[in-house]
Amino acid sequence: MKKVGNHSSFSRILLFFLVLSLSFSVASFGQQAAAPAATTDPAAGAAGAAGTGAAPAGAGDAAKGKELFNTLCAACHKLDAKATGPALRGVADRRDRQWLYKWIRNSSEMIKSGDPDAVKLFAENNNAVMTAFPQLTDADIDNIMAYTSQPKEAAAPAPGSDKVGAGAVAAESGVSNNIILGALVLVLGVLIVMLYLVNRTLKRVVSANNIEEVQKEPSLPLWKAYAKNQFLVLVTVILLMLSGAYFIYGYLMQIGVDQGYEPVQPIHFSHKIHAGDNGIDCKYCHSSARVSKHSGIPSLNICMNCHKNIAEFQGDKDSTYVEYSKEFYTAEIQKLYDAVGWDKTAQKYTGKQKPVKWVRIHNLPDFVYFNHAQHVSVAGVECQTCHGPVETFEIMKQHSSLTMGWCINCHRETDVKVEGNDYYKKIHDELAKKYGVQKLTAANMGGTECGKCHY
Amino acid sequence: MASNKKYWQSVEELKENSSIVETLRNNEFVEEIPTDEFLGDKEALSSSSTSRRDFLKYVGFSTAAASLAACEGPVIKSIPYVVQPEEIIPGVADYYATTMADGFDFANILIKAREGRPIKVENNYLEGSKIKPNARVYASVLSLYDSMRLKQPVIAGKPASWEEVDNRVKAGLGQAAAAGGQIVLLTNTMASPSTDKLIAEFGAKYPNFRHVVYDAVSATGALDAYQAVYGERALADYDFKDADVIVSVGADFLSDWQGGGCDTGYAQGRIPKNGKMSKHIQFEANMSLTGANADRRVPMTVAQQKHALVYLYNVITGSSVNAPKIEGKAGEEVVKAAQQLKAAGSRGVLVSGLDDVNAQLLVIAINNALQSQAFRPGVARYIRKGDAKAVMQLVNDMKAGRVHTLIMSGVNPVYTLANSADFAEGLKKVKLSVAFSMKEDETSSVSTIAAAAPHYLESWGDVSIAKGYYSITQPTIRPLFNTRQLQDSLLVWMGSPAGYYDYLKASSANFFTGKTWNQLVHDGVTVTETLPAATANGADYSGAASRLAAAKPQQLELILYTKVGMGDGQQANNPWLQEFPDPVTRVSWDNYVTVSKADADKWGLKNYNVANGGLNGSYVTIEAGGKKLEKVPVIIHPGQAKGTIGLAFGYGRKEGMKDEMKVGVNAYALYNNFSDVQAAKITKESGDHEFACVQLQKTLMGRGDIVKETTLEIFNTKDAADWNVVPVVSLDHKEVPAVTVDLWESFDRTVGHHFNLSIDLNACTGCGACVIACHAENNVPVVGKSEVRRSRDMHWLRIDRYYSSEDTFAGDVKVKQSASGLMDSIDKFDGLEDPADNPQVVFQPIFCQHCNHAPCETVCPVAATSHGRQGQNHMAYNRCVGTRYCANNCPYKVRRFNWFLYNKNEEFDYHMNDDLGRMVLNPDVNVRSRGVMEKCTLCIQMTQSTILKAKREGRPVRKDEFYTACSEACGSGALVFGDVNNPEDTVTQLKESDRMYHLLEHIGTKPNVFFHVKVRNV
Repeated sequence: MKKVGNHSSFSRILLFFLVLSLSFSVASFGQQAAAPAATTDPAAGAAGAAGTGAAPAGAGDAAKGKELFNTLCAACHKLDAKATGPALRGVADRRDRQWLYKWIRNSSEMIKSGDPDAVKLFAENNNAVMTAFPQLTDADIDNIMAYTSQPKEAAAPAPGSDKVGAGAVAAESGVSNNIILGALVLVLGVLIVMLYLVNRTLKRVVSANNIEEVQKEPSLPLWKAYAKNQFLVLVTVILLMLSGAYFIYGYLMQIGVDQGYEPVQPIHFSHKIHAGDNGIDCKYCHSSARVSKHSGIPSLNICMNCHKNIAEFQGDKDSTYVEYSKEFYTAEIQKLYDAVGWDKTAQKYTGKQKPVKWVRIHNLPDFVYFNHAQHVSVAGVECQTCHGPVETFEIMKQHSSLTMGWCINCHRETDVKVEGNDYYKKIHDELAKKYGVQKLTAANMGGTECGKCHY
Repeated sequence: MASNKKYWQSVEELKENSSIVETLRNNEFVEEIPTDEFLGDKEALSSSSTSRRDFLKYVGFSTAAASLAACEGPVIKSIPYVVQPEEIIPGVADYYATTMADGFDFANILIKAREGRPIKVENNYLEGSKIKPNARVYASVLSLYDSMRLKQPVIAGKPASWEEVDNRVKAGLGQAAAAGGQIVLLTNTMASPSTDKLIAEFGAKYPNFRHVVYDAVSATGALDAYQAVYGERALADYDFKDADVIVSVGADFLSDWQGGGCDTGYAQGRIPKNGKMSKHIQFEANMSLTGANADRRVPMTVAQQKHALVYLYNVITGSSVNAPKIEGKAGEEVVKAAQQLKAAGSRGVLVSGLDDVNAQLLVIAINNALQSQAFRPGVARYIRKGDAKAVMQLVNDMKAGRVHTLIMSGVNPVYTLANSADFAEGLKKVKLSVAFSMKEDETSSVSTIAAAAPHYLESWGDVSIAKGYYSITQPTIRPLFNTRQLQDSLLVWMGSPAGYYDYLKASSANFFTGKTWNQLVHDGVTVTETLPAATANGADYSGAASRLAAAKPQQLELILYTKVGMGDGQQANNPWLQEFPDPVTRVSWDNYVTVSKADADKWGLKNYNVANGGLNGSYVTIEAGGKKLEKVPVIIHPGQAKGTIGLAFGYGRKEGMKDEMKVGVNAYALYNNFSDVQAAKITKESGDHEFACVQLQKTLMGRGDIVKETTLEIFNTKDAADWNVVPVVSLDHKEVPAVTVDLWESFDRTVGHHFNLSIDLNACTGCGACVIACHAENNVPVVGKSEVRRSRDMHWLRIDRYYSSEDTFAGDVKVKQSASGLMDSIDKFDGLEDPADNPQVVFQPIFCQHCNHAPCETVCPVAATSHGRQGQNHMAYNRCVGTRYCANNCPYKVRRFNWFLYNKNEEFDYHMNDDLGRMVLNPDVNVRSRGVMEKCTLCIQMTQSTILKAKREGRPVRKDEFYTACSEACGSGALVFGDVNNPEDTVTQLKESDRMYHLLEHIGTKPNVFFHVKVRNV
């Protein structure tokens, strides 16, 4: 089978040392690279600010327009790319304003009436009927036009500065530290020189005064003295063996435990953007967790529910996405389209599908039976309890150790959620009486028996 | 005196001056070793850049690299659907109702599919479900994943496309029509109304078209008789629950007689209720499954059976046809049976398995005279239609070159015909032969076109098992290979644009009412009429009787039969069925000739056990009708009638089979004139055959507490303490019930579920459906013949069969108790080891008894087996280190050890060794590895999923909602599973029954599996 370097392994440790040693050698270079990156950022920010400021006065308020655009138009239109409908940036320049008022309020009537532009537009967009918006006033439409007439924002920062090298991280602590350190080294040097000078002066004084130097009696070297003391040797050996055993045990116990396993996936999927920033419920995509033993890796048609319209990444670039560029994310969305066979420009499925081979992160051994439905639907355990704060993970990883001790521990500590479930009613009453407690843990219900998970 | 012996290594040494001896003496190796070639070229050696030092470096480096790489875990890929079908949720099973119809087995079933793959057959309990699945039907899901299946059509040995096939066939049909040659469609019994309609339409296009139906194992006699009386080519239906007295003359109705499916009704009548149960008298030659279940079994030759039938006819109808009197005890039994049958009147029924039209006419006459309620001629069964005469006519036509085009489907005549050589010769004269087959079998490999046919789980179809019943076959998986079913092909050849699905949907409207198509496909079955009545035309019954009376006894009768495991041999490449031990002989992986003890002694035939526990047997040659079968192994079979021998069909196949599965001899070779009774001659051969027999202990040795049984009379009149004795032990010098003495502190099981499994020995017929269902559910591996011979079979569920040593088991107990003194005891116990000539038989399903005080649990050094509060004895495979202490300490011998890795291992080339076969594995159950103990878990995965379902729906578990694979599969209702803490569950009431007992109760294991005392109506 193919191997990957993401598990805990010697090779990773080796790599770590390599990086560590390299980091010292490239520290100064990293410093230089970081500097221009720092300077571009504010520049880009300024350009963005200038962009908003330079919006043509037009007749509308771009801010209000944006709001309207996002609520009414964004489902089918994008500013710069064709979606269900055409791209809308600069549409005010392409079409007559009166024509636009009419079209937006009731496009199908225009098509019926045979307006040549309208008919052509309708045909160009796969005969998709546009929702009529009779409620929009001229001012509203002007506002939208103002928004759509804004020039395109400046490009993202130079790709070179996307990722900050590992070495640079080490050097990031700043220049002042180095100055202090330098000063300290200087002081130390001065002190050593002074001591040497003092020593020489004293010796000279001694020889000048003809005082005999006191010679020390030769004593046993420390290691020989240590070797002669059998008790000490014994204690050391025992200590060494114990600590050796401790470390070997510790090492052996983490074999097969892939906590923190964070493999490179064929498509860079950010849980942070989906579950965190956009607040999509875990079970929207992992719906089978409710009913099945598997949480299910969502099929690509689930992705397309949203991504049919979201063809490019539109996050705020000045917030938290400094690690990857906008183009990077957009390219990842393109990978999804390639896999599912979606032609973005024609807005059509091509039928050429290419299933995505995800790397499975949570691997339970075959001899363990785990059922998501039991934990998610019946027990009401939050996904995060086992999977960690996934909504903050840019790259998905194994949060928990998934060892048997970890499972059992939770079964011992967690109270069974019996409220509102008639299955538990009788059993709970009887067990509660038996144990004399009101709350029952999963272990009380037999949740730590071997056969409940191993068959 | 010391002698100077000389030992010869070979004959050659006897010759003087033999050159060979000389050469061998001088040269150690016969052929010269090319050392010079290797070391002679000094230049090449020295210029070689790889020095020893380099070599060591590479070794060191690669070792280090390998050990580094070994520290990393494998990368596991997970590939979701691109577009997930709405009905499939990974991890949740889907169920489809369908119908199996392979010409031999017909059953209404449910298919459990996981992630789109069918993994298990289950019962369809809806009304209209006519025949419950048997062991072969349960195993059929594995035949779907047979790696030897035909993967695309083959023309003259070369893979081809369906277009080429179509062109070839269309051209052939055209030529046939032009040249006036016959076009013959040779099929098995399909019992499919829509296919019949389609074939009629197809035939209407060609004037020389003929449809011949061929059953490999014929029921022509019964069909002809029914046709003569009721005017339709069908079989009468029987429901044995409506019979108080069942007399069977050679009918093995609990297995395959007339299509089977009788055991459900039979078992219902066998459970004593209000002091009554049915009485079953069996006259037969081979000891069949049915005979083993009978209250009274009388061994008889076939000629005697015919005479007995005439006698019964005389008594019941009051006629007086002269028939030879049956001598001795058997004669008395016939008289008694006739009296009882007559007394029972309409509550009596007579069946016969004699494939003779005269005998079958008498059966109809007798049952009509009785006005038997169990005999239901109105419900005509359509599952046998074969016409032996038409098949023989076809072979003659083929040999004469009159057949131009032969289309075959579901048949394998080159294997199953006695005169297969004639057929093969005729096939060469046929211009175009098309064989629809799932395999490159004996027939399809010599046909012009081997048309790859789909498995029934990949096909559409409809089946009318009996009049008034209509059921649907639907695909449960997309076809695995490039296959096309017969019906689709016929439609293409007719030039129809629509496929068979549309045709079926359209024409099915004619065959049922009251349901929509979707409802029908959902249910799988429907009842179209209520109990249609049939009017009997008169027939020459007395003539039939006198013809039957004229039957002459033969020197030696060979009776050909079908085994529960193999049937007609269609699924011979199915390792589950090969490893399935025959219920009566307990031999797997073989067929054999069954011989009575007396005859075996006469001919010097032997069965004996060897040191490793294997059974060996002599070989014989059987001759019948001028044909010879050589090297047939012998099983000495208690209960076999003297002067008869038995041999099972279905074995000895060679084509389209894995090597391991090519076992046994082909009994069809002796099936002359479609007669299952042949005058035979037997001669002993040298050598011994090695059997894979899973049970060597034949008798109970008078240990009546293992299988408790009593008679109906005692059961009705005496106190339960008399016939269901509670074992006692001595405590403080007082006898107390064994269960009250306890070393252990018991679990408190009053809360939650407490699972128990009930086994009613009265209802259990030993059919073995549960064994295969358990295989399918629990991923039980197949270990092969030589491992089974070493007693390493892995069956979690076995059905022990015991013979009585005296005439009855009660007699055994008496003999045991009468033994006194050492010599007498030794003599008597020796005698008890041998079964009687006509013994009583019991079947006892045994699997882990889930003891509350389990001996296995205390001896496990690593606590791998432990107890659950719900009563199950858990087995944590990952914890097991394979000491096998538990198996040694188990009093029931139900633990199974994995001596080898049985999956992905070339040494065990069964389904778990190929990707296709592994598709049948149940993803909810672990596949065990080498060195691990395993055993029945009471299907904990099923109880857990039932509990989870209830929890998710927020309700208590319903009455009888729990079930296991075996209890689900048990069509006769002998196995009942449930929660004894739920007072409503059936199993709770069964536990209260006074027939309930635990196996080996006196050792105090307190099992969670209990049995019901067997009651015999003698």
